[in-house]
Amino acid sequence: MATLKELSNKEILISSGHRACAGCGFPIIIKQALLAAENPVVVACATGCMEVCTTIYPYTAWKVPFIHNAFENAASTLSGVEAAYKSLSRQGKLDKKIDFIAFGGDGGTYDIGFQALSGAMERGHNMLYICYDNQAYMNTGIQRSSATPRGANTTTSPAGTESYGKKQYRKDLSAVMVAHEIPYVAQASPSNWNDLVTKVKKALAVEGPAFMNIIQPCVLGWKYPSDQSIELAKLAVDTCFWPLYEVENGEYKLTYRPKEKKPVEDWLKRQGRFRHLFKPENAEILKEIQEDIDTRWSRLLAKCGEEA
Amino acid sequence: MSIRVGKTGNEAVAEAMRQINPDVVAAYPITPQTEIVQIFSSFVANGKVDTEFVTVESEHSAMSATVGAASAGARSMTATSANGLAFMWEIVYIAAGMRLPIVMPVVNRALSGPLNIHCDHSDTMGARDSGWIQLFSENAQEAYDNAVQAPRIAENPDVKLPVMVTMDGFIISHAMEVMEILEDEKVREFIGKYVPENPLLDVDNPVTLGPVDLQDWNFEHKRQQAEAMRNAKPVILDVASEYAKLTGRKYGLFEEYKLDDADIAIVVLGSTAGTAKVAVDQLRAKGVRAGMLKIRVFRPFPAEEIADALKHVKAVAVMDRSDSFNAVGGPVFVDVRSALYDVDNGPKIVNYIYGIGGRDVTPDHVKTAYADLAKIAETGQVENPLTYLGIRE
Repeated sequence: MATLKELSNKEILISSGHRACAGCGFPIIIKQALLAAENPVVVACATGCMEVCTTIYPYTAWKVPFIHNAFENAASTLSGVEAAYKSLSRQGKLDKKIDFIAFGGDGGTYDIGFQALSGAMERGHNMLYICYDNQAYMNTGIQRSSATPRGANTTTSPAGTESYGKKQYRKDLSAVMVAHEIPYVAQASPSNWNDLVTKVKKALAVEGPAFMNIIQPCVLGWKYPSDQSIELAKLAVDTCFWPLYEVENGEYKLTYRPKEKKPVEDWLKRQGRFRHLFKPENAEILKEIQEDIDTRWSRLLAKCGEEA
Repeated sequence: MSIRVGKTGNEAVAEAMRQINPDVVAAYPITPQTEIVQIFSSFVANGKVDTEFVTVESEHSAMSATVGAASAGARSMTATSANGLAFMWEIVYIAAGMRLPIVMPVVNRALSGPLNIHCDHSDTMGARDSGWIQLFSENAQEAYDNAVQAPRIAENPDVKLPVMVTMDGFIISHAMEVMEILEDEKVREFIGKYVPENPLLDVDNPVTLGPVDLQDWNFEHKRQQAEAMRNAKPVILDVASEYAKLTGRKYGLFEEYKLDDADIAIVVLGSTAGTAKVAVDQLRAKGVRAGMLKIRVFRPFPAEEIADALKHVKAVAVMDRSDSFNAVGGPVFVDVRSALYDVDNGPKIVNYIYGIGGRDVTPDHVKTAYADLAKIAETGQVENPLTYLGIRE
């Protein structure tokens, strides 16, 4: 557990003046994640909002070494950086403990970068991969991804007279990463900053690969007022749409249990992308979405050894 | 003193990689390159190199990890063929755009489809404008020599560009030949210590690599990249001359074979040069003034030098081991013909596309091209600007 006092004494490693939207969730995630690091950090980043908003040449918002290569290869690029670190350290050409963090959006992680991620995790590189999951391809203008929740209106799964938005439930990537049997997997939310910082600390401390899936509210894609990002992240957690848990060497642990599990409608109705679900003809879909969350939540509770 | 050994092309290149002792190799096996990866793995397994070997899950990740490693400040290599190179495509361009001195042996193989594992040049010819230096090799000796020279070229501060060292799949990669290799310490001394510029792992001096580069700067950076390719030409020659002092083997931008007094000549790359030399010798024995120009450095393209070497010839045939499907001719033909445009009363020039998908090419095939050239030289008339050689039409 980090204290605010401790964290406030540390340097913020992402500068202000980057070009993310007002209210964007990812600068907060970067700030919290880098505050957790005890060692110097080298960052790799997939093409996406984070990269284009923070590195417009000749400016950079990063106070740590940063590399962007392409959309789908943050994990393999960082594999190479980490391999170089191992090689140069072994040869006595480098004598410093360095932590490695890759950032990718849900597009670069769940979808186009999935193979590179899986390969890097299987090979066991000593790195933390963080997915900032804003639940669609936001950088190119809100197209659906496999992380987009069912029913969301996106530009490639638009709601219309014959459509209620995205038909499929989201891919449970955290579970897929647990199946890689890597030392550490966790879900986090910037609303629960202490939980997030603690998890990043743990993830960086393990020997070998770690994966964190962090929900990131997107003002433009989710369609809500820009001062409500953290509230919406919190609601995702409290409705159990985005449970906070960790899997350490295969052991599941719920790291936060809402006092009262809120109905998912509380989260959905605050976002323009779900507005159409509240039309009478979509009542059944809303019901199904709630049932899906309930099922996943009870399954997770069982895995974590929690009472239902 | 050099060491005389019997090696296949793949073995020779793997040996060069062992001697270069890269900090990182990230590679994925593909026929006919597979042996390079296998042999190198055994070097790693037996402590013969300091290399961290990344057994990536694809060629896309091979090039991505190599870019990461090179950016980190490591001397980095990979190797591939055909579809593997195609799968890397996006990152092949990024490696050049980021000005990373990566060295990549490419064992030439036909690019699908249809699927074919045998030699042609469609893979590397497709990457000819990706911003990589391309060195072609006639045999295992040249593949080894090119591989040893490549890091020096790539890492030169005036160049800082990645280098492909190619050899013909199976014909060279799997054929055993007697060749000479250098002692390990001579290679290490020749290539020297790698001093990276702005490495990512210098955490005290953080840099941002691979930023978004928009309308206000991208053009300047691309212009610098173009200049680096121009700078590569003299650097390649300097490195070759230093290498000649070490080995006695002289390399230029291309090799001229009995070209000085030739009336007719062919331009060729790779292993077919050896076949063509046999044809030239047989024709010379009959009094035909045949010659050959073998391109070693295809990128940067030595246009002026080629024009100068061919200007006295009456008829030239460019042999392309790939088609560009532009309905005009092969990629080497297009470049050579363009190079000859400014030569007053220059040679007539025709194109032969041959050896696609590993189709065998013999001295007799090459001699039919010379026979056509003799006729063109005599009449001054070109009947067939483009001929597909050794094919059922």
